[in-house]
Amino acid sequence: MNPYLFGYLAAAIIGLSAVALTRKNPVHAVLLMIVMFFHLAVLYLGLGAEFLAAVQIIVYAGAIMVLFLFVVMVLNIKEEIESERFTGGWPLGVSLAAGLFLLLIILTGKVLPGQQGVYTAQVIASQTDTKALGVLLYTQYIFPFELASLILLVAVVGAIVLAKKKLR
Amino acid sequence: MNPVPLQWYIWLSLALFMTGMFGFLTRRSIILMFLSIEVMLNAVNLSLVAFSHFLNDLRGQVLVLFVVTVAASEAAIGLAILVALFRNRATAQIDKITEMKG
Repeated sequence: MNPYLFGYLAAAIIGLSAVALTRKNPVHAVLLMIVMFFHLAVLYLGLGAEFLAAVQIIVYAGAIMVLFLFVVMVLNIKEEIESERFTGGWPLGVSLAAGLFLLLIILTGKVLPGQQGVYTAQVIASQTDTKALGVLLYTQYIFPFELASLILLVAVVGAIVLAKKKLR
Repeated sequence: MNPVPLQWYIWLSLALFMTGMFGFLTRRSIILMFLSIEVMLNAVNLSLVAFSHFLNDLRGQVLVLFVVTVAASEAAIGLAILVALFRNRATAQIDKITEMKG
């Protein structure tokens, strides 16, 4: 990936998420997050993860954020807009995040390269990223994959039960 | 070879995670706290994809798929709880919900 493109994407991702998380209106925050997810998808493309870039746009920007928008519209956002944005303890939160960031920057200054796998760029290019990922997912990781479907089922049932007005 | 080193991706992921953590710790509104969780999950996904690319190993990308699955179910459950809460209390402010004082 071009370093200038990376610089633009990095600045846009951090800037957009910081602006989104400090908005008063939750609708604006969700819309800015969608733009941020598109930038992240471009970053995934540069890392050779085409399938995940598509998943990022379809699932995150398309499904999860739209779910957020629905709920925000159901709720009363007038109160959100009129009330204080931050809790009383916000200086503590800021200093905690900044301190941990500096600590981890120092700790990750030197990382040793780990063991190299077999999926080099040439191998993936010969069978496309999606196929390589699918073969791995449906053979070696079939049990976690089935477990993930179970988690989704539990989430669907749980969401219906929780949001229902009265259980009979 | 990628001219952008692995370190840059890790630092970007760290900065994104800390942005999400800042939002989670400081915002009053529960909706914004959920959004902060999504930002943090995305930061982790970014570092997993970067490691997967630089170590020539697809396991990172498989893990990202599972993280996305869990993020989707977490968002569904969390928003359902929010709807139920809003029906009973008509507020989404975290410091007004004090029933379960520990």
